[in-house]
Amino acid sequence: MVVTTRTKKTTKSTKSGAERRYRPKVAVWKFASCDGCQLSLLSCEDDLLDVVGEIEIAYFLEATTAVIKGPYDLSLVEGSITTEHDAQRIRKIRQQSKKLITIGACATSGGIQALRNFGDVDHFIRSVYARPDYISTLRTSSPIHEHVPVDFELRGCPINKNQLVEVINATLNERAPNIPHVSQCVECKKNGTVCLMVAKGVPCLGPVTHAGCGNLCPSTDRGCFGCFGPSEAPNGPSLARQLEKLGMSKQEIRDFFRSYNGNAGAFRETSEAYD
Amino acid sequence: MATAAKTTKAKATKKSAPKKETNAKSGKSMTRTIQVDELSRVEGEGALFVRVKDGVIKECKFRIVEPPRFFEAFLQGRSYMEVPDITARICGICPMAYLMGAQQAMEDALGIQVTKPIRDLRRIMYCGEWIESHVLHAAMLHAPDFLGLDDVLQLAATNKDVVTNALQLKKLGNDLLEVIGGGRAIHPVNTRVGGFYKIPSKKALYALKDQLKWGIEASIAIAKLFGTFEFPDYEDDYHCVSLRHPDEYAIVEGRVVTNRGIDIPVRDFHKQFKEVHAQHTTALQGWTRDNEPYLTGPNARYTNNYSQLTKLAKEVAKEVGLGTTCFNPFKSILVRMVETVYACEEALRLINNYEEPDVPFIESTPKASEGFGMTEAPRGVCYHSYKMDHNGHILKAVISSPTAQNQPQIERDLFGVVERSLDLDEAALKHRCEQTIRNYDPCISCSAHLLRLTMVRE
Repeated sequence: MVVTTRTKKTTKSTKSGAERRYRPKVAVWKFASCDGCQLSLLSCEDDLLDVVGEIEIAYFLEATTAVIKGPYDLSLVEGSITTEHDAQRIRKIRQQSKKLITIGACATSGGIQALRNFGDVDHFIRSVYARPDYISTLRTSSPIHEHVPVDFELRGCPINKNQLVEVINATLNERAPNIPHVSQCVECKKNGTVCLMVAKGVPCLGPVTHAGCGNLCPSTDRGCFGCFGPSEAPNGPSLARQLEKLGMSKQEIRDFFRSYNGNAGAFRETSEAYD
Repeated sequence: MATAAKTTKAKATKKSAPKKETNAKSGKSMTRTIQVDELSRVEGEGALFVRVKDGVIKECKFRIVEPPRFFEAFLQGRSYMEVPDITARICGICPMAYLMGAQQAMEDALGIQVTKPIRDLRRIMYCGEWIESHVLHAAMLHAPDFLGLDDVLQLAATNKDVVTNALQLKKLGNDLLEVIGGGRAIHPVNTRVGGFYKIPSKKALYALKDQLKWGIEASIAIAKLFGTFEFPDYEDDYHCVSLRHPDEYAIVEGRVVTNRGIDIPVRDFHKQFKEVHAQHTTALQGWTRDNEPYLTGPNARYTNNYSQLTKLAKEVAKEVGLGTTCFNPFKSILVRMVETVYACEEALRLINNYEEPDVPFIESTPKASEGFGMTEAPRGVCYHSYKMDHNGHILKAVISSPTAQNQPQIERDLFGVVERSLDLDEAALKHRCEQTIRNYDPCISCSAHLLRLTMVRE
């Protein structure tokens, strides 16, 4: 799981005359989020020092005071856009980034805070805030790709740290990341996990959810609850009908699809059919 | 809010009268502004603003600029069973404080008592969260301040062993969370109202014993190293708020106590402490009902509950120069490491005594009810209260994060520290201010989950 950079082995002369390898400049940016996905980078405890040995951390406020000016070879973006200021900030970041990768459900689909997108935001703010005038917020929480082009979207709430290292590695070596877009069901089959929905009638979003977490919930006797968002070509309505047969109410089905990735296309459409 | 801001200044001026002379030059009118727009090495987005005129501090604001995410609003109407996992997303660094606080509140509402093994498993997980969060902050974010470095990577260049050990210690905390929490430390999946989805095996827990034994030694070594740092000579008369439990150093439950005699059940928390909406920050500030700031977190816990630490943790505390209380906010880094020693010992003790429960969770049936929960997050007390209807749908949610509560005290510390440090040059003063904020390990993502407001009309 160690990052190596094969491209750009250009060398630069240092003051002492010694030559050193070019290290790609990586920046980590935060928008509305819980910090968990960028924390995943610091949670690569076994590999952290190796990883940062291969790259130059140019901007990562959670970890360092040092700031190196752009342009950046790679920007990792956590969080969703919820303010006008942030909508402008992401454009500036894109301008300075050769590659831009979103990390996690907030940046990729709008996150749990996108639940506001399903309500009347004005009423919402008025009913909640004694001083709405103190609060500056957009009507929606939106994913990064609605604002700027994104080179790769890494799923998860939170992301899987091994996948993060793979994506950094692949991007800096100009190859496609090895991240399968299959459903959670495929992970269960590969791991030999008994199907909870078939064997025990446990509601599970596995058939429509993107793999990548490591098959966590089904192997913990818990139905998948959709942390990684929709898989490739999901059939939400079909799964919803099966959930009805298992006895879930309309509201339960709606809320099941409407959580950490509730704003993501396929999940959103299915939940709206149950409004 | 205006009242709140004034109170900070008034109290700070009164309470933190400088012992040393400041170098305000008489006769010259001079305004100094210290502004940090993007605070680094904290979790989330924060900023600070201090304005000094003629040697007198005119303004001192710690701002949380993290955009609000409205958790308490969108929880309304959701099932009580979903709430813990949703609130976990308030914070990726201390999800246990939200998972467990919400679970306890639901169990309180529905009259559920969890079994001893379930309670022990929760406490082990929480020890894991203390270890990973404390070590992340103390070694990787806070220590560079005392060494004049930008970050832990610079520290690694000269002290690789220390950083490697700190990373392994942090990993140990995450391992505890992963083994019990279903495979991941950030937003664990195995916890639920009433207990767990799947019972963690004795074997899986026993496998961590050797690491924990190593962890005790490693955290002692790091504590001793940090004990050699030079600490600014600053103390304040803190009103320390923490949980207290009759039988143990409180982590997962207890009564709310203070070093000024308050001793109340969790459900009465907002009778003694309130939240105020200030214009300059997106997180509600915590104040006592008498408009005093208060302190929650490691120093408050240590001051209130020192006697319940283990013999070894007390010895380490003594060796690194701590007394039986700690009122120097800069020394919170030492208290965090003492608590890390304790958390390793406690997790080991609980694992040694662990017996798998008969059932993974206690069943619950929803009813119209109200419940309260509070745990000691790494940064301090984290309060939850919920009302639900007969179907278990949430009618009202109130969550107070520790960093939000600490904001007025952070501002008061800044005031006091700046007052005593006016002779420093701009760069040094700015750094001292940032360090003062980092003393609190502020978790800004948590505090700006924002939302419920108490309008104070006085």
